[in-house]
Amino acid sequence: MKKRNNNIFRKIADKAYEYGFVSNIKTDIIESGLNEDTIRLISQKKNEPEWLLEFRLQAYKYWLTQKMPQWAHLDIPPIDYQAISYYADPLKKNKKQSNEIDPELMKTFEKLGIPLEERLALSGTAVDAVMDSVSVKTTFKEELKEKGIIFCSMSEAIQEYPDLVRKYLGTVVNYRDNFFAALNSAVFSDGSFVYIPKGVRCPMELSTYFRINAANTGQFERTLIVADDNSYVSYLEGCTAPMRDENQLHAAIVEIIVCDNAEVKYSTVQNWYPGDSEGRGGVYNFVTKRGDCRGINSKLSWTQVETGSAITWKYPGCILRGDNSQGEFYSVALTNNYQQADTGTKMIHLGKNTRSTIISKGISAGKSQNSYRGLVRVSKNADNARNYSQCDSLLLGSKCGAHTFPYMDIHNDSAVIEHEATTSKISEDQLFYCNQRGIGTEEAIGLIVNGYAKEVLNKLPMEFAIEAQKLLSVSLEGSVG
Amino acid sequence: MNNEQQYIDIFEQHRELIEKPCATLLNEERRKAYSRFKEQGFPALNDEEYRHSDVSKQFAADYGMNLGRVENLTAPYESFTCDVPNLKAHQEFIINDSYLKGIDHKTALPQGVMVGSLNEIAKSNPQLIEPYYNSLAQDGDSIAQFNTTFVQDGIVIYVPKGVIVEDTIQFVTIQSTNIDIMSNRRILVILEERASLNMLVCDHTLSNHKTLSTQITEVFVGDGASMNLYDLEETSESNTRIAQLFVRQQGNSRFNHSNITLTNGFTYNRTQLSMQGEGAESDISGLVINDKHQHTDNRTLVEHKVPRCNSNELYKYILDEESVGVFAGKMLIQPDAQHTNSQQTNRNLCLTKCARMYAQPQLEIYADDVKCSHGSTVGQLDENALFYMQQRGIPIDEARHLLMFAFAGEVIDKIAIEGIRNRLHMLVEKRFRGELSRCNGCSLCHEREQKKTN
Repeated sequence: MKKRNNNIFRKIADKAYEYGFVSNIKTDIIESGLNEDTIRLISQKKNEPEWLLEFRLQAYKYWLTQKMPQWAHLDIPPIDYQAISYYADPLKKNKKQSNEIDPELMKTFEKLGIPLEERLALSGTAVDAVMDSVSVKTTFKEELKEKGIIFCSMSEAIQEYPDLVRKYLGTVVNYRDNFFAALNSAVFSDGSFVYIPKGVRCPMELSTYFRINAANTGQFERTLIVADDNSYVSYLEGCTAPMRDENQLHAAIVEIIVCDNAEVKYSTVQNWYPGDSEGRGGVYNFVTKRGDCRGINSKLSWTQVETGSAITWKYPGCILRGDNSQGEFYSVALTNNYQQADTGTKMIHLGKNTRSTIISKGISAGKSQNSYRGLVRVSKNADNARNYSQCDSLLLGSKCGAHTFPYMDIHNDSAVIEHEATTSKISEDQLFYCNQRGIGTEEAIGLIVNGYAKEVLNKLPMEFAIEAQKLLSVSLEGSVG
Repeated sequence: MNNEQQYIDIFEQHRELIEKPCATLLNEERRKAYSRFKEQGFPALNDEEYRHSDVSKQFAADYGMNLGRVENLTAPYESFTCDVPNLKAHQEFIINDSYLKGIDHKTALPQGVMVGSLNEIAKSNPQLIEPYYNSLAQDGDSIAQFNTTFVQDGIVIYVPKGVIVEDTIQFVTIQSTNIDIMSNRRILVILEERASLNMLVCDHTLSNHKTLSTQITEVFVGDGASMNLYDLEETSESNTRIAQLFVRQQGNSRFNHSNITLTNGFTYNRTQLSMQGEGAESDISGLVINDKHQHTDNRTLVEHKVPRCNSNELYKYILDEESVGVFAGKMLIQPDAQHTNSQQTNRNLCLTKCARMYAQPQLEIYADDVKCSHGSTVGQLDENALFYMQQRGIPIDEARHLLMFAFAGEVIDKIAIEGIRNRLHMLVEKRFRGELSRCNGCSLCHEREQKKTN
């Protein structure tokens, strides 16, 4: 049986990354390197107001004083920040002609399963498609506008709603937050901007699809979501990149503001190119995501399925500032081959009667290292805070690692905090039981893993859940050796 | 702030004085450790291992150090009686940092067992000590290097092959001075194959002056050997204790350890256990009862290097008033350590709004066929249980004590020696009732015993 497993494993390992193609699109890429002129150039290309340029320059100056953080359980090769190009615009060619999009671009997104024509799109999902540094198209914009919802690219928002952007940008993730937040604040290009007005329940799922296409570039997008009082929105995010032998850097910031009685659901299926079976290439995914539950009874739920990226460094967090606010974090992180992931969450309890739930499921296979790192902080005035954390790790193979680093800082006597973690492998008994009933080993592993991750997958919106399930089975079949 | 500089200066100036009374072996290690310490300095707050304990600050005060080995005139039995009732113990004393000679032992130890001053045994029997002394602590952090740099004496316990020491060896450290003083102590325990030893370490202060102690304990548990090590701290609020325990376990050995902090000032305990032989088993536990501004930081690292070892860990904290508790436990399972069974539990009670608890239970696992889990909770006494007891006529304060006592009991019950267990039950109960803000040298036990006999 062992031999058979190995064969299956090899088959899967050899399986090509489905989204690894390169589109032949003429892209305007600025020269690589990072200095004040680069930042001025980006700002100028995007025709930005003076205050934003100031914001960028301030962040850049701060970034210069910072060192790359070393605390994560990751082995990050040195990154040459001067060798990266910080702006790539695939739309350039067509800008002069009309609003029409390069057919090659359309084809690319169609190939990725994201049709940009509204008649073809999945009903009920509006998409903002971002390639390299620029938002290509945002669908259903008009329909949403009727309800007062703003859903557009960040560049557009800066032009059309500068006051809103200025009011909220950088208020959740300050440029001084960390090394990559400073870098992103200096050079961010596009991303999505969402504003849900008071009392509005967003009628469709909003989603952004990020694609890196150009070589030697990094993607530094910035997403800002504001849910005003009594509103609701569900937001999805997906991402892929071509297969390349060199590593590409993706350093994004996502900021979410949740006001009184509002609710935001943020789901991610992260499928950046993970590198090949020898650990060559792949995307470095260094992301800062944070939501601020400012209002009373506000709720923010993060769901993430992390299967891609050579290195993941990501801790979506919730600041539970409003009384009775709730934070949730559901995560499935899968690493295979030489992938490394250090991911988890931060739950900062500041308001009274705040609650948070953390469910993290790590799956490591091949020679990968998968870590959960999470912080639960209950401040002095956060009476009756409640947290439940559960971190499970599944090890498939004897050469991988699964690690758990939870931090609990409790400054209030009325807090009830629970943390549990277990580590195990798929037992021979479970496999034998399935085999006995005529279920092949490969299928059985798929079943068991999907069952293991079900708690998290159930939190995903329908379309994403299907994609996530598919992704998991593709990456995992036959990984027991 | 460069708190290390004053110690570097002291060492440079008084090198000869420090080295003169000491064995060559101690001085050789001292030189190596000094250069490491000089390079590293004291750990800063951004050091992950010292995030919540500003150790460097503790060293800032101007402490006296007994570098010239002035004879200590304290007679331990006069000021201090530490017999545990019902415990047949072989007692040894370290006053500040000097091993106390000439103690009249009531019982004789089995043949071949050696207990005595580290410095003297290192002089008279260097071949025995050499393979062990500083072999585990040399890879330790800068505090371990600091201790090796300044240590002049300590205690050695050597149990030869197959010898079972029936009597508990009780090792009492007393800080008794009329000035602010720093003591750097060392304990070295060597258990050869199939040896067995019970050991109780009591840490006391009999002084209201500022005291600081660093203590490095190195324990070597040979194949099939078994050891129970209990560490009890009853010092004062003006005391700083930085203790590091390094354990190396060989195949099929057993090591049980409980670390009980009843009264203290600032405490930083690190336990580092390495399982290097198949079939080894360990059980480490800790109980912390803190109030006022007490600060206790317990850090553990249990490393499984080989297959088929079991480890179990249980730490409990009860934090009252403005005390601070820190627990950071790591289980490190190396790639070859298949079939490891490792559990870690941390339970904390916060009794006031100002008490702070920092918990970091960590798993680092590189082998797939293992069973590892950890759990950590922070909470309060169960309202329902309190209500239930009140309904039945138990006053609220009494009900609280009962629940807290039951909470602490789980750790105390792990202690295998009945005498120590009973005494701890009593001490903990007294501690909760506020009758014992500081242990007065176990004379209470004596009084009780005397009353009984009268």
